[in-house]
Amino acid sequence: MLTKDGIPSVEDLSAVTPPTKRLNQGPVAVIECFQEIPCNPCADACPSGAITMPGNISARPIFDEHKCNGCGICVTRCPGLAIFVVDFSYAANEAMLKIPYEFCPLPESGEEVQVLDRAGKTAGVARVIRVQQQANKTTVLWLAVPKDIALDVRNIRRKMGAMS
Amino acid sequence: MRETDIAVVGAGPAGLMAAAYAAEMGAKVLLIERSQALGGQLVKQTHKFFGSRQEYAGERGFEIARKLMDRIENQPNITIWKNATTLGYYPDGVMTVKKDEKFYTLKPRKIVMATGASEKTLAFPNNDLPGIYGAGAVQTLMNVYGVMPAKRVLMVGAGNIGVIVAYQLLQAGVEVAAIIEAAPKIGGYWVHASKIQRCGVPILTGHTIKQAHGTDRLEGVTVCRLDEKWAMIPGTDAYFEVDGLCLAVGLSPLTELLWQAGCKMEFVAELGGYVPWRNADLLTTHNNIYVAGDVAGVEEASAAMVEGKLAGLAAAFSLNYQTEKFAAEYHEAKNQLNALRAGPVSAKVCSGLCKVMLGEAI
Repeated sequence: MLTKDGIPSVEDLSAVTPPTKRLNQGPVAVIECFQEIPCNPCADACPSGAITMPGNISARPIFDEHKCNGCGICVTRCPGLAIFVVDFSYAANEAMLKIPYEFCPLPESGEEVQVLDRAGKTAGVARVIRVQQQANKTTVLWLAVPKDIALDVRNIRRKMGAMS
Repeated sequence: MRETDIAVVGAGPAGLMAAAYAAEMGAKVLLIERSQALGGQLVKQTHKFFGSRQEYAGERGFEIARKLMDRIENQPNITIWKNATTLGYYPDGVMTVKKDEKFYTLKPRKIVMATGASEKTLAFPNNDLPGIYGAGAVQTLMNVYGVMPAKRVLMVGAGNIGVIVAYQLLQAGVEVAAIIEAAPKIGGYWVHASKIQRCGVPILTGHTIKQAHGTDRLEGVTVCRLDEKWAMIPGTDAYFEVDGLCLAVGLSPLTELLWQAGCKMEFVAELGGYVPWRNADLLTTHNNIYVAGDVAGVEEASAAMVEGKLAGLAAAFSLNYQTEKFAAEYHEAKNQLNALRAGPVSAKVCSGLCKVMLGEAI
C-alpha cells in the first residue's frame, strides 16, 4: 500500500496505465505519481504538451496519452523516478520498456539482466537494448521484456559474472 | 569592531540565498559559516530536487549548492567567513565570532539567522556503539568524503531523509537490510519509498528499535512491533545482523542565538521544536533579526531557499536599499512559498506556521 511502503495497488495502477489500445499503438509514458507533492519538472520537460499541471505545482500531473510519443524525456527528468515508457508494438512477444536507472556500473547494451517488480522481487529476465546516458546522471535503460510482465517490471539486477 | 549592513549566519540553502538577494539589493553582507565549505546540507544531496524551476527542481542538491556559490563568490558586496562560528549575540547588538581560532566582535545592522537544524536521536540500550550514525553523518562520509559507512545497514525512519539516505546507501554499494518506521505510515514522499522497494528493501512501519548488540562495534539490532499506542508488543522481536545503524528520526531547529537575543520562542511540534515567532517577511520579535530555513521550522530545502531569498530582500529593504526588481522579486518569493506549501504534504508545516505567525509585514 502506498501509505505504508510506497507500493501502488492494482487500482492505483489501473488509474494511470494507458488503455490497452493505446499501449499497442506504440511507446507511451506511464506516470506513477500518486501523491500531491510540490513538483512539476515533468510538465516542463514534455515537448509534446502531453503532461500538464494546471493550477498549483502540488497537483498531480494530467497526462494525455494521445499527445505522448514515448520520447522518454520525462523519464530522466522526473525527480521521483516515477515515470516509465512502455511500447507493446516493439515485437510479437516482447515489449520495450524504458526505466530510469541511477546505479553503477551501468549494464551494457545486449546484456541479459534479471528484472524486478515494484517490490524488488525477480519477475524474469530481459535484454538491455540501449543504455541512454544523460547529462543529469539519470540513465534511461531500454529493455526488451516479455509482454506478460512488461507492466510489472520497474528495476533490473545485473547477473553475477556480468558485474565488472 | 567590524561593522556591516547584514550578517547572515549559516551558508546553507537559506543563508546563501539570503546573502545573494541582500547583496544584489546593494547591502554589504558578511556571510558567516561554521564549516570549511559553503552549501550546508546541500552538498551531500545527490538526489534531484522537487519544486518548480524557480527552486532548481530536477537538479541535484550538490549542483544547486554550486550554482548558489557561483552567484555569491564574485559578488563584491559579500564577504565570506568560513571556519567561523558565531558564539553569541549581546543586548548592545554586538555579535561575537570565532574564526580560524581568533576572536572577533562585529556589529551588523541586521541579521539573518540561517543556522539550520540538528539531528534528533533515539534512546535505546547500546546506542553509543561504533557503527551507529545519524543520517547526516552517513551522508557526509559517503557523499563528501567517499567513505563507506558500513557493509549492511538498518535504517531507522521512513521520512524523506530516511528513504533518501537508504537509496544513497544502495547507490554506494551498501546493503540496506530494511527501513523501520515507528509510525503506522511512511512520512517520506511515496516516490522515494517506491525507489527503495523496487530494489527489494522492505519498509516496516509500526516498528521500533529495541536494542543494539555488539562489544567493540555494532553487530546486530533487535527491533519489535509497536501497537497503536506506540507500546512495544511482546513476542514480536526480530533480529537484524548489521554493522551499521542509521538514525533518521527528525531534525530540531538550532535556535541558541535566537534565545540569546531574546526573540519570542514557541514550542511547535510540527516545526521540529522551539521556533521563533516571525512575520510574513521572516522578521522575528527582535527588530533586527530575521530567520530563514530550518531554524524557523524544519521543512524542505526548496522552502529554505525561498525563505532565504525573502529574508534577504526584506532585511536589505529595511535598511532602505532599493532596486527596480525588488517588488517583483519580493512578491515572487511569497508566491513561491505559497505554491510549495499548497499541497497536502505541507499541511503539517502550515499548521505549525500558523502558531508562530505575527501580523504585519512590509
